[in-house]
Amino acid sequence: MNTFTYYPGCTLRTKAKDLDTYARSSAEALGITLEEPENWQCCGGAYTTAKDEIATKLSAVRTLNAAKEAGRPLVTVCSACHNVIKQTNYDISKDEEMAAKVNNYLKLDEPYTGETTVYHYLEMLRDVVGFDNLKKQVVNPFKGKKIAAYYGCLLLRPSKALAMDDPENPTIIEDFIKAIGGTPVIYAQRNECCGGYITMEDKAQASKRSSKVMDSAKEQGADMIITACPLCLYNLKKNSGSDLPVYYFTELLAEALGLKEANNE
Amino acid sequence: MQRIGVFVCHCGTNIAATVDVKAVAEALSHESGVVISQEYQYMCSEAGQNLIKDSIKEYGLTGVVVCSCSPRMHENTFRKAAAAAGLNPYLVEIANIREQCSWIHKDIATATEKAIILGKAAIAKVHLNAPLTAGESPVAKRALVIGGGIAGIQTALDIAEAGFEVDIVEKEATIGGKMAQIDKTFPTLDCAACILTPKMVEASQNELITIHSYSEVSAVKGFVGNFTVTIKKKTRFVDETKCTGCGLCTEACPMKKVPNAFNLGLDNRSAIYIPFAQAVPKVATIDPNYCLKLKGGTVKEKVCGKCAAACTVGAINYHQQDEYIEQKYGAIIVATGFNPIKLDKYDEFAYNQCPDVVTSLELERLMNAAGPNGGTLLRPSDKTHPHKIVFVQCVGSRCDDSKGKPYCSKICCMYTAKHAMLIREKYPDTEVYVFYIDVRTPGKNFDEFYRRAVEQYNVHYIKGMVGKVTPKADGTIDVQASDLLSNEQLHIDADMVVLATAIEPDKTARPLATMLTTQMDTNDFFTEAHAKLRPVESATAGIFLSGACQGPKDIPETVAQASAAASKAIGLLVKNSITCNPCVAHSNELMCNGCSACEKVCPYGAITYQDKEFRMPDRTTAIRRVASVNPAVCQGCGACTVACPSGAMDLNGFSNSQIMAEVDAICK
Repeated sequence: MNTFTYYPGCTLRTKAKDLDTYARSSAEALGITLEEPENWQCCGGAYTTAKDEIATKLSAVRTLNAAKEAGRPLVTVCSACHNVIKQTNYDISKDEEMAAKVNNYLKLDEPYTGETTVYHYLEMLRDVVGFDNLKKQVVNPFKGKKIAAYYGCLLLRPSKALAMDDPENPTIIEDFIKAIGGTPVIYAQRNECCGGYITMEDKAQASKRSSKVMDSAKEQGADMIITACPLCLYNLKKNSGSDLPVYYFTELLAEALGLKEANNE
Repeated sequence: MQRIGVFVCHCGTNIAATVDVKAVAEALSHESGVVISQEYQYMCSEAGQNLIKDSIKEYGLTGVVVCSCSPRMHENTFRKAAAAAGLNPYLVEIANIREQCSWIHKDIATATEKAIILGKAAIAKVHLNAPLTAGESPVAKRALVIGGGIAGIQTALDIAEAGFEVDIVEKEATIGGKMAQIDKTFPTLDCAACILTPKMVEASQNELITIHSYSEVSAVKGFVGNFTVTIKKKTRFVDETKCTGCGLCTEACPMKKVPNAFNLGLDNRSAIYIPFAQAVPKVATIDPNYCLKLKGGTVKEKVCGKCAAACTVGAINYHQQDEYIEQKYGAIIVATGFNPIKLDKYDEFAYNQCPDVVTSLELERLMNAAGPNGGTLLRPSDKTHPHKIVFVQCVGSRCDDSKGKPYCSKICCMYTAKHAMLIREKYPDTEVYVFYIDVRTPGKNFDEFYRRAVEQYNVHYIKGMVGKVTPKADGTIDVQASDLLSNEQLHIDADMVVLATAIEPDKTARPLATMLTTQMDTNDFFTEAHAKLRPVESATAGIFLSGACQGPKDIPETVAQASAAASKAIGLLVKNSITCNPCVAHSNELMCNGCSACEKVCPYGAITYQDKEFRMPDRTTAIRRVASVNPAVCQGCGACTVACPSGAMDLNGFSNSQIMAEVDAICK
């Protein structure tokens, strides 16, 4: 019954294997089947998401259409993939001209006009599993751990299209932290950009931004930061110069469910 | 045979520019019963009215149709004109060819066709109009003011001044409202308490004014001149008639950790409290959510009773219950005021994360001599003197998304200039920044006041919005903002941030509007009967609006409106009786089957049921339960006529047959 089409995305096959592995094992433990579509492609996140560009959005539509054909909702886990796929889905359902152009390119058996429901893995935990239910299945709670949620810029915005949570005052990751027994730490920079996008171009700026995020969390007493974004994780770890550990939220989920050894950083 | 006159108005170019008025008059002259059909430039003018009057006499008219603006605008004008010429005023019908035709159409042919149809419908209706006579009902010579802030106090004082009894219902333990919490007032910088508290005392000492503090309106029945209102006097566990306000009980109370609502939670008070030194009435109230005895935790707590032991007059009564009183009123004035919005959705300003990020109203308390710091401005977190303060304007105001308010809260630009100036005056070593979208200062001496803040007090006004407020470990607050004029991103290391929070109507306003059957806008501000010409009356007769419940206002504007509302209420109260609306419902008892459907939908409680004796067709007598309408209570809304399954309910002036005749005329 609880079967979802699962889109991992290319980073989760290479740099961010932990995000992927523990997402899969935890879902299984929670009674959810994740099925990967055959021959999936890049989400298109490597390109600009300029409004007038259609070609870069075609791969996102292919994924969305695969879920539609399988008759299931789509679940993603990488913040960037989620952002691109959900925005594309929103645009195609609202913009007839774009839908027409996309369908002219793709020549699908049946035109795709935004029928698929897209969940981020966190939304699946909240809306399908339920945080109360998740709490009951936790075997290793993060008791006494002060955990800071890092949303970054992509997970919540643009809020109209992503419709996950309030972009300025989000609670979804904090509620997740409570469900796995930890204590959420609220800090001002939790929904600001980490600067990861300009790492190649202006490393100093990326370093400044990421250390700001880390310092803000540390000042509020965080023991660790969790995120859903591979780029944020890389940037916060490599460029901030901070010793605050950064993990994927799926790592903590798997640990709480007893599927993974504790991190010893 | 009916003799109907049709009068088509040009309304200058308002109608004539889009509707071919000559063609309308011509077309309608051929309708059955029409003996005269003419057009005129301004039918509402004296000459226009004379045209109608003369025609009534000359042609012996039995019905008049005026094709003009909305009946809300001039129906009364034309009814009066008809009455002056000896025609029953309810034989006049209005076809609205302005708001419902010329103003909303562009194409002349279409608009003209529609105007003719609307005219035909009115003619079809007037054929069936019957002369109606309005009755009279007495006026209860007492007014109710809901809300005891400066608006309610001023309204009550003015009504009492005219010699009428007036009751104030205030939900808090004291009257005074928001103005009592304010430190200084703009643009004169006089002390708010010094000008408010004498008025509070005046209200309490006036023999014609009764103050029901810590009370709520729980039910309203009746109509203009004859409202019956149930007031719930919430139990304060203290006998108001005995309490002298000495304050011994508050000292004796062991529960001292109650957030002080009057100081917006910036300090604590005891569970039994007097809100502030000049409270009116100056009586203690027990907060049952914190009182150890009433909450009853441990056995030791349950026997507390220290306040009762300390009270020398035996005023404390732990068993006191809510009390309900019922009173008749001729007029009701709503003065429910405003509140700053909650800032939970504005996490970018870190209001919930950092105690040194405060709202403007909190700053008023922090700067007030009776506030938590005795008037010295100190940071709430560490009680140190702030050297750099950032003010953020329009927090939640002029917001185009769902979390804020679309309107301008109007008072923030001025009170922020006031705060900035007062701080610079008292603490010249403190730098003050104000981030604004626009500075709006339309008011007497307002712009001069703002310019003084900039030019004389060197307040840094920066056009731009604050994007992010980040509290830092060293106790400072990083404020990131844009300077739109120099196109720069700024970072300010502030010690305090003050948010000019949007204001919204009090939460009690919405249920009250339902009780009073008055209208509100989408922001829950009460809607005035006419935006320009009837700004202090609601559309419901006998209900008047005072102060910020109608829209954001500063103190002088509030007081002006309060007095205006009072004068409107007095205008009603001086009358011994008022003319009723004869367009009321009545039931055809032979058709009524006693199902109660009409009684259930009647918002005024005008319908009752009676057992009546009827002669049946077979010459027997039967007792049947039938509806009967109290014409003095019925407001003619027509809900019952729609609800009645057997068609027994009918409305004078808007009978089922009249409505159907209109529909037939339109569909023909």
